[in-house]
Amino acid sequence: MRRASILTEEIDPASLINEVSSPQYGAISVFVGTVREVNEGRTVSAIEYSAYKSMASAELERILDEAEVRFAVSALIVEHRIGLLGLGDVSVAIAAAHAHRAPALDCTRYVIEEIKKRVPIWKKEHYADGTREWVDPTRATQASSA
Amino acid sequence: MLTVTVQLFASYADLLGAPTVELPLTPGTTVKDLIQTLRGLPGASLLPPAPRVAVNRSFATADQLIAPSDEIAVIPPVAGG
Repeated sequence: MRRASILTEEIDPASLINEVSSPQYGAISVFVGTVREVNEGRTVSAIEYSAYKSMASAELERILDEAEVRFAVSALIVEHRIGLLGLGDVSVAIAAAHAHRAPALDCTRYVIEEIKKRVPIWKKEHYADGTREWVDPTRATQASSA
Repeated sequence: MLTVTVQLFASYADLLGAPTVELPLTPGTTVKDLIQTLRGLPGASLLPPAPRVAVNRSFATADQLIAPSDEIAVIPPVAGG
């Protein structure tokens, strides 16, 4: 079992858990990313996610290939949502199953970190004051390290 | 003259005011050359000197050669998750 999806529908983390579940696996690790209310001191009202969809799917598949080799997980699913998301909405969910907890936990961590580095997905934050801005994590890193 | 279509996304599409641009392509054009041409377009001077570029849905190196049939995209800093 292994699947990467980019979708516009709501993500249901419970269904991912069901999908990777099996009596053979003693551990299922799940990461769920959600839309946060405040970013860099600004009040966020919604986030608009967009993607270079064909490459994002291909890059997700490459990340899953790598994760399967590194952690030998038995089942691995990632779903990323695009479109307009409200506060608290799930933007990404990852579920990894393994006989033991350490590889399952390491695998979900690996997948989310790689998504953040190289999957062509962008977000435009909508702020409570009516303004909108593309999020540039490279700029945030420079600002916070300054 | 041969041309190649370059896809733009997110903040880069906003800078150029379009989701795609057509650029001239001469034999031996590399990713780096193409970016230099792109940065000469109106609004594009604000692009970074060496943005990430994807060729056929994989990240490319600056010296990679480009063919007219290649799918080219300039990738702004990603912010998934």
